[in-house]
Amino acid sequence: MSTIVEHALYIEEQGTVSYTELVTVAGMSEQDVRDLVRYGALEPIDESAPQWRFGAEAVMIVRRASGLRREFDLDTHALSIVLGYAERVDALEAELRSLRARRGR
Amino acid sequence: MKYKDYYEILGVKRDASADDIKNAYRRLARKYHPDVSKEKDAEEKFKEMAEAYETLKDTEKRAAYDQLGRHTQGEEFRPPPDWGQSFGQGAGSFEDIDLADLFAAFGGGGPSARRPDAPRRGHDYEAGVSLTFDQAFNGAEIALQMNGLEWDEQGNGRRVPRTITIRVPRGVTHGEKLRVPGKGGPGYRGGPAGDLYLDIEVADHPLFRIDGRDLYMDLPLAPWEAVLGTEVRVPTPAGEVSLKVPAGTRGGQRLRLGGRGLARGSGTPGNLYAVARIDVPATVDDAQRALYRKLAEGSTFNPRAHLQTENRS
Repeated sequence: MSTIVEHALYIEEQGTVSYTELVTVAGMSEQDVRDLVRYGALEPIDESAPQWRFGAEAVMIVRRASGLRREFDLDTHALSIVLGYAERVDALEAELRSLRARRGR
Repeated sequence: MKYKDYYEILGVKRDASADDIKNAYRRLARKYHPDVSKEKDAEEKFKEMAEAYETLKDTEKRAAYDQLGRHTQGEEFRPPPDWGQSFGQGAGSFEDIDLADLFAAFGGGGPSARRPDAPRRGHDYEAGVSLTFDQAFNGAEIALQMNGLEWDEQGNGRRVPRTITIRVPRGVTHGEKLRVPGKGGPGYRGGPAGDLYLDIEVADHPLFRIDGRDLYMDLPLAPWEAVLGTEVRVPTPAGEVSLKVPAGTRGGQRLRLGGRGLARGSGTPGNLYAVARIDVPATVDDAQRALYRKLAEGSTFNPRAHLQTENRS
């Protein structure tokens, strides 16, 4: 019997996601996702468009938001602030990894 | 199924108000969250607390939990015979699941008492995957064992072990997440399946270091090789190549091997950089020492010129 092989995809391969898809993936209410946009944690590609679309990285942002909400019981305003800090930590960790790679361990 | 005393876990009385429960959880979450806690077993404790709070903060779930009766922590028990129907669950096979699975059925991805017939998307799953450097560089097929919660049409949940084979594309890096569409939990009543997310870890390689798509390696050179230039054989992930070291190469200088880094999809591969490290012999014999002395006497090179007082202003 042949084994079925599933293909793992880079997140960016998803292209763009619709607002509805994002709400589904987040497991949050539409209002919560709208609040995350309002507070700047999520940025639609074109905020003035009648139907919002987002870059694929938004999926990881709402998944993290959903986890933080569950774990810390945060409201959307607090969530958007924590997401901002988490993004900074990610950037700093990436820079640290990069410096370590360039300078040697 | 083993009983967990959610009230005891959160350190509140059984008649605690919703505010008391919220405050107790918030205080404990701050103390035990694995990202901030230095307590022993913080992760395990935090999971228990989160599970307890997830149930007790929701009026409907709390009422259902209370109707399970009081048992001691860890005691084997079965829900009362009519418990499932009272809360919109199926007749209730409670084999192979735990208390958290039972309450996950209320809202979220499982069958819900609120809208029992509504299609629902399956849960997303998340799994950690450790790759070797070679697997990340070339791509790899990995076998992943899952123990997913699945629901039947009657609303009964059970844990189903399964193994799936996944093709990881080449060029993934440490800390990256990948998505396997439709390989999370199955949908309920015609809803789509959830997705599986993979958290990628790439083990350190003794020679190559990853920075995005670029790779870095140290290239030790003898002082005369750095001064005079040379051609050396260097390893790359795809095999050995010749590298021309130009005369006058300084320590820390990067020599580029174009396109020898990580390739991602159909995109342009990154580069491999060999970082020159000037090494010296630990010991020299008399003849070699004499040669170094002669070189020192004949050279006007001053590597510390920029440190001299008159040059610092």
